[in-house]
Amino acid sequence: MALYSEKVMDHFLHPRNVGELENADGVGEVGNAKCGDIMKIYLKIENDTVTDVKFNTFGCGSAIASSSMATELIKGKPLSEVLKLTNQAVVEALDGLPAHKLHCSVLAEEAVKAALRDYYGKNGIPYDAALLAPATHCESCR
Amino acid sequence: MFVYADNAATTRMSDAALAAMLPCWQELYANPSSLHSAGQKSAEAIETARQTVARLLHADSKEILFTSGGSESDNQALLSAAALGARQGKRHILSTAFEHHAVLHTLKKLEKQGFEVTLLPVHEDGLVRPSELEAAIRPDTCLVSVMFVNNEIGTIQPVSEIGAICREKNVLFHTDAVQAAGHIPLDVEAMHIDLLSLSAHKFHGPKGAGALYVRRGVPLTPLIEGGAQERGRRAGTENIAGIVGMAAALEESCRMCQEVHRRLYPLQQRLIDGLSAIPHAALNGDRSHRVVTNVNFCFEGIEGESLLLLLDQKGIAASSGSACTSGSLDPSHVLLSIGRPHEVAHGSLRLSLSRYTTAAEIDYLLEHIPPVVSYLRQMSPVWKDLERGAKPHLL
Repeated sequence: MALYSEKVMDHFLHPRNVGELENADGVGEVGNAKCGDIMKIYLKIENDTVTDVKFNTFGCGSAIASSSMATELIKGKPLSEVLKLTNQAVVEALDGLPAHKLHCSVLAEEAVKAALRDYYGKNGIPYDAALLAPATHCESCR
Repeated sequence: MFVYADNAATTRMSDAALAAMLPCWQELYANPSSLHSAGQKSAEAIETARQTVARLLHADSKEILFTSGGSESDNQALLSAAALGARQGKRHILSTAFEHHAVLHTLKKLEKQGFEVTLLPVHEDGLVRPSELEAAIRPDTCLVSVMFVNNEIGTIQPVSEIGAICREKNVLFHTDAVQAAGHIPLDVEAMHIDLLSLSAHKFHGPKGAGALYVRRGVPLTPLIEGGAQERGRRAGTENIAGIVGMAAALEESCRMCQEVHRRLYPLQQRLIDGLSAIPHAALNGDRSHRVVTNVNFCFEGIEGESLLLLLDQKGIAASSGSACTSGSLDPSHVLLSIGRPHEVAHGSLRLSLSRYTTAAEIDYLLEHIPPVVSYLRQMSPVWKDLERGAKPHLL
């Protein structure tokens, strides 16, 4: 049996939205090189909608696939929907991840939320802190 | 093209080993413990294999115990030496920080049983210093265990010197020679080794077969009870095919050892030079004190598992010391022990060669690894921070 689903391999081998955005409206970086995963997500936001998104990831195959899938899930979506992104949605869209790789999907969710926090903060827009709470899943990733 | 560069994990069986094993399934199948002549033929095959293995290690055949492999041999060696030590009131064991887990986990178990364990630090070059080892031996030290060749970085330890120190201090010396047997000449007499572990599948023999050399007079504690096989030191009907295949493989490997070294050395050097040309990459472990089959690099800014998966797509089978491949949060304890920081240790690649490795395969590795490293770096935020000077390069 292969380690990863076909979907994961597809997004790992052909990651969508790789890169950086100049003049991004929100940038979020989460993870820790010590643990072996860092994700950085760039958002372009117009009219409360994610009009463009790019990512850079240092990490294993499932970290790269999770980042790629997360960017696909939020691209073109209104912020009200982006706020509801969960790691579970990323896992499902990837047709599952091995149990010890679930943290990669959590990291992808956290990266998107960190970018939203950055956007709201920079623009002085009030937001529901509970909805965008930072990661608690990994002690060393804080 | 398919390039198998994971020979430190396991090797392809040789034709000679396979040929030696084939009769064991349908001809030499009788139980060696049976009295009938068919059974005695099986027993003879095992004893012939034992003599072969003994001769190649410069040991006596009574000093060779057949096991299921390296892990079992390591477990039995350590537990036996500890039991002997406890009977003599000695409960201190000296080993190193970069041993195989078969040794480290057994030492953890012994610690829980009240033994005190000292793990010597390993230097940046991946070598243990005999002077430091000598200084760490105490009056209550019952065992020193130092691996012959490190399984990840391939460094060859100064085993002869360590053996001489242990002999002088009257302390038992065990060496895990799983990555050494069949690759470099072993001589338990000249090297003053009391216990030595080896595993058949690391030198083109079958999986599931190994041996433990134990110097005459050192009592072994059986791990498996229930029969008089192996002179009461390991119960269970013998793995005849495995034992016969191991002896054939070891004999062949020892015979070919010099020739393989001569042919592989320039290939190894070309691979090291080629990968060294990648910016911010570094060879792990000393370049000269290493087996000719091992090349291990760290590439800054990338993670090992994604590197392995992309190389696999190109038909290259290799391995890494990254946390993601080990199933734990921490990267390889070996790379950490030689002072690689976590973030650098995650980006490691081990390429292990064998007598079947060709020059064309080395060319293929050198053609495909650099672009994969640079592709991963181009999507790595860590690499980008390093490149724009936000963080200092560590390599």
